[in-house]
Amino acid sequence: MAQPHNNAHIDIMRSPLGRARGLGSARAGASHWWAQRLTAIALVPLTLWFINAVIHLKGAEQTDIIAWLSSPLSLTLMLALIVATFHHLQLGLQVVIEDYVPDHAKKLISILAIKAACVILALICIVSVLKLGL
Amino acid sequence: MVAFNLPLNSRIGQGKTFPAAPGAKNVREFKIYRWNPDDGANPRTDTYQIDLDACGPMVLDALIKIKNEVDPTLTFRRSCREGICGSCAMNIDGGNTLACLKPIEDCKGAVKISPLPHMPVVKDLVPDLSQVYAQYRSIEPWLQADSPAPPDGERRQSKEERAQIDGLWECILCFCCSTSCPSYWWNGDRYLGPAVLLQAYRWIADTRDEATGQRLDALEDPFKLYRCHTIMNCTDSCPKGLNPAKAIAEIKKLIVERAG
Repeated sequence: MAQPHNNAHIDIMRSPLGRARGLGSARAGASHWWAQRLTAIALVPLTLWFINAVIHLKGAEQTDIIAWLSSPLSLTLMLALIVATFHHLQLGLQVVIEDYVPDHAKKLISILAIKAACVILALICIVSVLKLGL
Repeated sequence: MVAFNLPLNSRIGQGKTFPAAPGAKNVREFKIYRWNPDDGANPRTDTYQIDLDACGPMVLDALIKIKNEVDPTLTFRRSCREGICGSCAMNIDGGNTLACLKPIEDCKGAVKISPLPHMPVVKDLVPDLSQVYAQYRSIEPWLQADSPAPPDGERRQSKEERAQIDGLWECILCFCCSTSCPSYWWNGDRYLGPAVLLQAYRWIADTRDEATGQRLDALEDPFKLYRCHTIMNCTDSCPKGLNPAKAIAEIKKLIVERAG
């Protein structure tokens, strides 16, 4: 928090270079960045395919949907869509948290909670699709 | 961290108005951020009415006229007045730029001037740049090579190799870009910012330098490098017409390239 400017107390005397170097490079972040781009690209055809499928299945009976989902191609693409969506969601939300939550403990807890939620939601979707399609 | 309100001691109040000389026909208002660390008062905006018929064409000309003829307490940095020293970087008419390169006639209505955003203020239009200078130092902005220099002392480049640092060496370190970047505002303590990353790439792209791998190692970090979300304010604000966002993208590409 900003101190009133007439307050003589100085709470940081570490050199600017020491602060700039900080804890050094994590040698990480590239795979996160790259995976975010790749899942984004993968989601373009997968989402278009899914929207097209939903339009064609408009008004279909449950048996028709099960029959559609039982084809290896539909089932595989559905699973790919689910994995790519939740992976991309987790990567993106992690970036938002890192951007806006400076407190280390809150940041760690938020990121872990988001990861857990994305994994659970993705597994629910996968199990649901498999129960219908297999 | 995002703050929706300034702290109480940083809220900007209404300041004094300095009217133009009687008989002035071509008058333009300059609304300038003022803050003095010694008077204990909040920052304020002073209004100066300037006769443009008796003033040079650039915003810096008006600032110098104000300091010489109207209000000698107005404090700002300037040196070369021709866009090569980077001293007079400030926020003019809502964008970061160099006062010496910004024509007054390009500003709409009253010319609003404040220090570079989100930096500690030393006084009036003078920001404290210790952090960005230290971040610049941290990327080791000098040539590193294990091969001894040739006997004549010159490390040579082909014309093609030399062309690879065009658009990079021209950076004058005015920090208009870094201080226009929201990611740098929120995480400037860890994110290096566009100016320093462009400089880092300037040494990565220099064929005489032999420390490319170590330089990429030092940058591969979720905060030092990957806080760049290609917002592009950096490229938009650069008064030298450079493209820091592209330099950052090149660093990211090289890090992916060396992985496989």
